[in-house]
Amino acid sequence: MSKRHRCGAVRIAAAALFAAAGLIPLGAGPAAAADPGRTPRPTISIEKKGECVAPVDEMRRNHMLMLQHDRDTTVHQGIRKVRASLKGCVDCHAGSKTGSVIASKDDFCASCHAYAGVKLDCFGCHAASPKNAPALQGRDGPSNADLLASMLRGRGGEQADKGTSKP
Amino acid sequence: MSDDYPPNRRRTFLTASAGALAGLALAPGVRLVELSSARAPEEAASAKNRWGMLVDTSKCADGCSACVSACAKENALQSHGRPRSDAQWIRKVELKDKQSGRTFAAPVLCQHCAQPPCVDVCPTGASFRRADGIVLVDRHICIGCRYCMMACPYKARSFVHEETTGQNPDVPRGKGCVEGCTFCVHRVDRGQTPACVEACAKDGGGALVFGDLNDPASAIAQRLASQPSAAIRADLKLGTAVRYQGI
Repeated sequence: MSKRHRCGAVRIAAAALFAAAGLIPLGAGPAAAADPGRTPRPTISIEKKGECVAPVDEMRRNHMLMLQHDRDTTVHQGIRKVRASLKGCVDCHAGSKTGSVIASKDDFCASCHAYAGVKLDCFGCHAASPKNAPALQGRDGPSNADLLASMLRGRGGEQADKGTSKP
Repeated sequence: MSDDYPPNRRRTFLTASAGALAGLALAPGVRLVELSSARAPEEAASAKNRWGMLVDTSKCADGCSACVSACAKENALQSHGRPRSDAQWIRKVELKDKQSGRTFAAPVLCQHCAQPPCVDVCPTGASFRRADGIVLVDRHICIGCRYCMMACPYKARSFVHEETTGQNPDVPRGKGCVEGCTFCVHRVDRGQTPACVEACAKDGGGALVFGDLNDPASAIAQRLASQPSAAIRADLKLGTAVRYQGI
């Protein structure tokens, strides 16, 4: 085998390897949520069955705009019956274990926002648990803002560690 | 220059007559000026209502703080053991007439002025007056500059210095914003009275009356129409919605 041919074989092998590496998370499908493997995925668990206020695609892309629009309607005009209210999000999506949308990294809001690296500051002021959730009773616990900050730091740290430990 | 000056007497007369006729032609039960009524959740607050409070200081017992604790509970106000900087939406003030030596106490809260100085000075528009007269802070817009705290003659606003926990889902509040009494706007929108009024009736002396100043049939409007009452710092002509008796 000439040198030129050897180089070609190496290239093909490398390409196959990369392709395989790229296919692993895709092929794993829903299982990737449980076992993130090399590519971390958000763990989106929707416990309450039923319709959201809009289709999933629209919610993923536009939930922030919907919330921003309706917050002004409520705060300034006093209209309480709006399509997108943060209280409504929390009432439906609070995790059954924590009773919150951000208390653990698997909770609904936190998982995606940590994955996307988008800072979420709603819960610096807003309650992250429904009114009578057990998590709300402990007034002395860490604040919502602290919880989210530590969680984002934790997730970022994990990724940084993985990055440096590669051979 | 203008057709309207001097006033056209004939036109004025015709307009007035037309208005009177239209009034006569209305079906029974339909009014030109709507009386205030409870609002549906999908309906915006309007100037039909003007929420107000009457404080009868003769019924406000010295040492009772039912209103203050009810406010803290409803709005999840926490004390950090530093009274000078803790948020305070309503407080009991002890007053003494120096000449007679008479002492009495009264709660002081946001007076929900018709011309609120806090709204005048707010550089971002976060301080605003809702159509039904409730003065609020939009915390999404507040930058925490505290001009409103300086402008308010009633010392009714507080700055949140610390991280907040355990918020009531109806009352979002957080570090870095100015806040004050909202007349429990989330309760008022549901047709309830503020938490302090409810607590005063239950555990206190029933010194607080809350209601719609625009509704002549409301208890507060009737009492204000028949009994003497006063605004504090009436000289400022702010048109306060909170009135006091016996001061």
